[in-house]
Amino acid sequence: MSAPYTAAPFVGKTFGVTVARLHKRFGTTPVLKDISLEVKPGEIFCIMGPSGSGKSVLLKHIAGLEIPTSGEVRIGEFDAADPATRDQIRLALVFQAGALFNSLSVYDNLALYPREHRLCGEAGIRDRVMHALAILSLEKAAHKFPSDLSGGMKKRVAIARALVMEPQLLLYDEPTSELDPVMSATLTEIIATLREQTAVTSLVVTHDRDLAFAIADRVAFVMEGRIRGVGRPDEFKKPADPVIANFLNPVIDLKNPRFKQLENNHE
Amino acid sequence: MNHLTAIFSHIGGTVLLFARAVTHIRTLPRQFPRFIEQCYLIGYTSLPIVTILSFFIGSVLALQSGYSMENFGAKQFIGTLVGLTMARELGPVMVAILLVGRVGSAVTAELASMKVYQEVDALVTMNIPPERMLVLPRLAAVLVMMPVLAIIANLCGWYGGALICQYTHSISVDSEAYFTALKTYMKPRDITDGLIKAEVFGFVIMLVCCYIGLNTRGGPREIGASVTKAVVTSLILILVLDYFVTKALLYS
Repeated sequence: MSAPYTAAPFVGKTFGVTVARLHKRFGTTPVLKDISLEVKPGEIFCIMGPSGSGKSVLLKHIAGLEIPTSGEVRIGEFDAADPATRDQIRLALVFQAGALFNSLSVYDNLALYPREHRLCGEAGIRDRVMHALAILSLEKAAHKFPSDLSGGMKKRVAIARALVMEPQLLLYDEPTSELDPVMSATLTEIIATLREQTAVTSLVVTHDRDLAFAIADRVAFVMEGRIRGVGRPDEFKKPADPVIANFLNPVIDLKNPRFKQLENNHE
Repeated sequence: MNHLTAIFSHIGGTVLLFARAVTHIRTLPRQFPRFIEQCYLIGYTSLPIVTILSFFIGSVLALQSGYSMENFGAKQFIGTLVGLTMARELGPVMVAILLVGRVGSAVTAELASMKVYQEVDALVTMNIPPERMLVLPRLAAVLVMMPVLAIIANLCGWYGGALICQYTHSISVDSEAYFTALKTYMKPRDITDGLIKAEVFGFVIMLVCCYIGLNTRGGPREIGASVTKAVVTSLILILVLDYFVTKALLYS
C-alpha cells in the first residue's frame, strides 16, 4: 500500500452496532424486513447488495436519520433513533455524494463541527482541520469550494470532515460509487488505513465487491430488504446461495432471452 | 379528511419548528455573523424594490383619491388618506408580499436544496441542529428588518403621494397642506399598528418558508415544487392574517 497519508488520531472508545428485528415501511411499501445483525467494536463491516435493496436505508437507521417502523437499532447501549444519543456518541456519516456545504469552502466545511461545538479556539480548529486535510492529502484544496472539486476529491473531503469529528463510529455510504478504478482503490486504502490507525468501527455500504472483499472483516448481503447472508469475505469466495453468487459474479449473456425481448420492443 | 389531517400536521410541524428554534436562542450572540448576513439579504437587498414600489403605490393612491375626493370637496384630506392607508395597510402588506417573492422563495429554495442534497442530514449527524443554524438567525433577522422596511415603505409612499398632489394640475394640493392633513389626523398608534402587522407577516412568512424548505422530500424537481408551495401558502396566510390582525388591533 502506498502511504501518502499522515497518521489519524486514535479515537479511544469505539462502539458496536446491534440491529434487532428491524422493519421499515415507506407508506405501504416495505423496505426493510426483519433485519437483525451485530457489528463488533473495531471491525470493518460491509453491507452489500444490489441497488434498491434497502442498504442505504439501513445505514440511515444506524445514523439515526430514519425511525424504524418496528424493531430497534442500538449503538453500544444507546438507541440510535433517540436524538440524545448524538450527545453521547460521535458518529460520522460519509454520504454517497459527499453532502458538503456548497456555500462553505473546504476549510470551513471541516471547521464547522469544532466551531459549532466550541471544541477549541480558532488556532486549535486550524490545527485540527489542517491535520485532517493532511491525512487525505488535501492541503491544497483547503480554500476551494465544493463546486470546484472532482467527485473523488469531494469524497475525500467528506472523509476528512468526518475525521475532524474524531468519530467513535464511522459510516460510509457507497464510498466508491461513480469513481474510476484508481480512485476507488485509493479510497479503499484510505478506509482500511483509517481503521488501522484509529481502531474505529467502520460500516461500509457498497456494491463494490473489490472494496468489500479487500477490507471487510465481515460482510452482510441485503437483498429485497432482507439479510441474505453474513460472514467473513472468504466464506463468500464460492457462495452456496445462488442469489449471492449471481450478485457477486453476474454473467453477461447477450443471447439472454430477456435482452432479446428488449431488442424486439425497440423494433 | 386526509387533507384536514395534513393541514393540522403542517401547522403542528411549523409550531414545533419554531419551538425548536427558540430553545437555541442563547446561541444567537455567537451566530452574529449569520444574523448580519440574513439582515443584509432581507433588508439591504430588498431596499431598492421596496423604495420604488412604495413610492409608486403612494403616488397612485394620491391620484385615485384626488380624482374621487374632488367630488366631495375633500381634496385637503388626501394626505390623511394616503398616510393612513400606507401606514396601516399597504406599507406592511406590500413589504410582506415583496418579502415572499424576494426572500421567502430564496430561503425555501436554499433549504430545500440543502435537504435534497443531504446537507441537512449531514448537519444532523454532526449533532448541529438545523433549527439552530438555519432557522434561528433568519427569524431574528426578519423580526429586526421588517419594521425598518415598513417604515421606509411608509415614508416613500407618503412622499410619492405628496409629489403627485403638488405637481398634478387637477389635484393641486401643495405639500404643506398635504403633510398638515397627514399629521393632524394620524396618531402614533396608526404607525405602530402597521409595524406590528409587518412583524407578524414577516415572522409567519419566514417560519413557513423554512418549514416547507426543510420538509422537502425527493429529488431536485421537488425544490421547485416547494418554492411554489411556500410562495402560495405565504401569500394566502398574509391576506387571511391581515383580516384577523387588523380586527384585533382596531377593535380589541
